[in-house]
Amino acid sequence: MTRTALSALLSHWKRKPFQLLTFVLGLALATALWSGVQAINAEARSSYGRATDAVGGGAGEVIKAKNGGPMDAALYGALRRAGWRVSPIVEGWVSVEGGRVRLVGIDPFTAPQTAAAGAAIETGPSEFIAAPGRLLAAPATAARLRTSPDLPPVIDAPEIAPGIAFADIGVAQALLGLEGQLSRLIVVSDQTPALRSLNEISPDIERQAAGSAEDLARLTDSFHLNLTAFGLLSFAVGLFIVHGTVGLAFEQRRPVFRTLRTLGLPARRLIGLLVAELMVFALLAGIIGIGLGYLIAAALLPDVAATLRGLYGAPVEGQLTLRPIWWAAGLGIAILGTATAAGSSLWKIARMPILAPARPRAWAMASERALWAQGAAAIGLLAVALIAGTAGAGLVAGFLMLGALLIACALLLPLILAGALRLAQTAARQPLAQWFWADTRQQLPGLSLALMALLLALATNIGVGTMVSSFRLTFTGWLDQRLASELYVRAEDDAQAGRLLAYLTPRSEAVLPIWNVEIEIGGAPAELYGVADHPTYRENWPLLSALPDVWDRVADGSGALINEQLSRRDGYGPGDDVPLPGGALTVVGVYSDYGNPLAQVLISPEVLTARYPDVPRLNYGVRVSPDRADALADGLIRDVGLAEDNLTDQAALKAFSIDVFDRTFTVTGALNVLTLAVAGFAILTSLLTLATMRLPQLAPVWALGLTRARLARLELVRALVLATLTLVLAIPVGLLLAWVLLAVINVEAFGWRLPMHIFPRDWAILGALSLVAAGAASLWPAWRLARIAPSELIKVFANER
Amino acid sequence: MLLELDDIHKSYPGDAGPAPVLRGVSLSLEAGQTLALTGESGSGKSTLLHMAAGLEVPDRGRVLIGGTDIASLGDLGRAEMRRTRLSVIFQQFNLIPSLDVAANLAFQARLAGREDHAWQTQVTRRLGLDEHTAKYPEQLSGGQQQRVAIGRALAVRPDLVLADEPTGNLDEALGDEVITLMLDLVAETGASLLMVTHSDRLAGRLGSRLHLSRGQIAA
Ligand SMILES: Nc1ncnc2c1ncn2[C@@H]1O[C@H](COP(=O)(O)OP(=O)(O)OP(=O)(O)O)[C@@H](O)[C@H]1O
Ligand SMILES: [Mg+2]
Repeated sequence: MTRTALSALLSHWKRKPFQLLTFVLGLALATALWSGVQAINAEARSSYGRATDAVGGGAGEVIKAKNGGPMDAALYGALRRAGWRVSPIVEGWVSVEGGRVRLVGIDPFTAPQTAAAGAAIETGPSEFIAAPGRLLAAPATAARLRTSPDLPPVIDAPEIAPGIAFADIGVAQALLGLEGQLSRLIVVSDQTPALRSLNEISPDIERQAAGSAEDLARLTDSFHLNLTAFGLLSFAVGLFIVHGTVGLAFEQRRPVFRTLRTLGLPARRLIGLLVAELMVFALLAGIIGIGLGYLIAAALLPDVAATLRGLYGAPVEGQLTLRPIWWAAGLGIAILGTATAAGSSLWKIARMPILAPARPRAWAMASERALWAQGAAAIGLLAVALIAGTAGAGLVAGFLMLGALLIACALLLPLILAGALRLAQTAARQPLAQWFWADTRQQLPGLSLALMALLLALATNIGVGTMVSSFRLTFTGWLDQRLASELYVRAEDDAQAGRLLAYLTPRSEAVLPIWNVEIEIGGAPAELYGVADHPTYRENWPLLSALPDVWDRVADGSGALINEQLSRRDGYGPGDDVPLPGGALTVVGVYSDYGNPLAQVLISPEVLTARYPDVPRLNYGVRVSPDRADALADGLIRDVGLAEDNLTDQAALKAFSIDVFDRTFTVTGALNVLTLAVAGFAILTSLLTLATMRLPQLAPVWALGLTRARLARLELVRALVLATLTLVLAIPVGLLLAWVLLAVINVEAFGWRLPMHIFPRDWAILGALSLVAAGAASLWPAWRLARIAPSELIKVFANER
Repeated sequence: MLLELDDIHKSYPGDAGPAPVLRGVSLSLEAGQTLALTGESGSGKSTLLHMAAGLEVPDRGRVLIGGTDIASLGDLGRAEMRRTRLSVIFQQFNLIPSLDVAANLAFQARLAGREDHAWQTQVTRRLGLDEHTAKYPEQLSGGQQQRVAIGRALAVRPDLVLADEPTGNLDEALGDEVITLMLDLVAETGASLLMVTHSDRLAGRLGSRLHLSRGQIAA
């Protein structure tokens, strides 16, 4: 019995291979969307990683000379012999046309698995090491390096951050004139315990956390969170598509189900067979989808070295790698999505009377009741979102709000569209127009899942696009403000600070003290900074709110500025007194401080030194004309002996962060294409399925004198009308989404709020793309209708009971 | 007694409360007997037939097949009953569009696990379908399709054939021809037949007849 029934079920696919194809492809595309987004997210993350890597000189811990200067290379051998797993680094600048490039010498065999080390090994160790050696740099940087005749051959390595070049340590030492010297030693993360202590080996070195890039890293945390939210959204889009696809796979075979049941196949057996069939297809489609997603991501992303090896999860830094967890998650999505989607259909089949109308049309014409139930569910979800948004706290509430809002909007879509179409129908005067609107309304239930997927795809794109653009605009503007000084220097000790000041004062426009101590406010750690009264701050500081004479009051010692985090955390605003050690001060302004996890207070340096006479006076901002900044930095290193790590070049930092955002833009662009393609495919399959079901409705109109070509044109118009309506609704939903991401989730997660910027031009592009997708999706069904044999239409009359 | 319907009531939800369709119908059919059920359109003939097949459940009353109340069988038992003891022939042919004629003919017998190749070949030939076994239902004419449905019903050698206007879609001459084939095959297998029809002429060809009027058996 089982075999006979199964062969009957499967024979449907054999006779209609195209339906099978759309079924598997629909599932595969939904999975592809998910795994593609995962891959793209990972790529975005790794490019952040690379940027911070380059700024901070790598993550983890390093061993450095206590005085910040170079170390004797012999220490490396001593540490290795003592059991330390370390890798040597030498660093410096090489001057080339168009500015300096930071040169980092590494030992490819002991270096941690970074992009540079990977590229070095790929270059061929012997070429990389043996004189004259090779330089590795991002293509644009490489081009600049090649203009200098004194440098070794340069190899393009797209996975390396711009503005930086890697070489073998020996090669770099020679180029930098640092023979026998090291800048620092990277401590490899998995150290064997019970090592000889550093002090025993040399008293002049110490172990410390690497990286001056922590701020950037924290900022990127926020970004990662938003990308994760994006991943979840694409999951929702995928689910809708799976739901539609599976629903179709059932509806198409309803007559067969009915016949099987009349002939004596028990309902339970039928459902068991369908479940087994679905699982096999879901697994197959899942595997195809994951591979497809990976390849699409690789094809859409520039600079990503995606290899087939990556499909097996071989971890190669700087390459797109398909990790086992993605396989698991992707298959989970396919199977889970299929199961949830099939659940309702199977339930219907189990409960359906055997003789329920076998015509799939019944499905396409969902009852008014179902529509209202959907509306009620949407309103329930909106209530959940509202409660989560107002009463809830924390990230979970934020995400709950996000999810509930989106699904509610998707559920409302068919209702709103139905209302709009009804209005159009009543407004129409011509009989043909009336028929067109009425017919469109009738088709709505069959298309609504695909349109919901389109809505979610568009809203997600608008939301994430707005989020990323807002991030970029705010962040780069903020960097301009916060890092207004051209150079930031940190002295190792007071003696060096004295030398620095003596050197800098005649050579710069201003040297601004940035002194700070760590304090507690309201029981939580906070930073107390002293900043000089200088136009640099008055003109640039990113104040969110302030009293009128804010800078004068900071300068005269009666006022303090606090960051947004402190303001939100403890509820201080301008005019309030903030308790500080040594006496409260009036808050005269609140400023944005993206990425800082700590509360921060700014006061005048005089007040700071009066209250903390011992405050370390080591940090300074240096104002100098930008074209002289490089030379001054060189001078500081050469003449004052300032360690490379103690110098932050504002231009370099900004270049890195902008590069990061630009990569992310490419990423979101790729995602737009991907999600729209998937939504377009969903529309296509729905239209194709509807096409056969709709013949009974089209045949009478055709018989009354409308040509097939005319009908086909109307089909096309219909798809475009529905897509346009969906787009119009998607814009507010997308903006709402962006608002939740920026103003709710980000605040919950990090304590600061990002202002939202709106980019209508992006919507126009997206709108055009979505119309192209909808038009392309309806083109084929329309063409088929235009070419349909009249006998097919006549059959409708013959078969009617 | 092979089939016994005892005081069957059934109503469907209507605009103004439940609308009764069957109001206390009883009938019985012995093994080998053939019975025609006539009545005007909407009188509840199909509904009654569906009850007999266990496809629908009466609001009140009992359906006994071979002495067993099918309500006591449960879904699985009723499905098995349909598979092995009954065959239903509908007005629309109810074939599986994705299987060819040969597979459709053998389908119920296979489902019931009692395929008899020799008998099936004979049925196929008797119904004049030899040349069409490799075709798919959509490539057949209406009369051919109905012959496949009849073949499928009889290939399983059922105890009871339930036919709902099996020739309703065919012209008179063709209808007569198909009914003749069906009656011959039914007689050969010794099955009982309950056939719904509009046609007095066709009804006259069966062993006995009942008339359904406003949900009740007319005298
Ligand atoms: N699923 C249903 N829901 C509601 N009413 C139904 C349903 N099935 C049948 N009816 C109603 O029950 C009555 C009897 O229907 P039935 O199909 O049994 O009539 P019939 O005698 O077979 O008619 P015909 O000769 O036209 O086939 C009709 O009035 C019909 O409208
Ligand atoms: Mg009937």
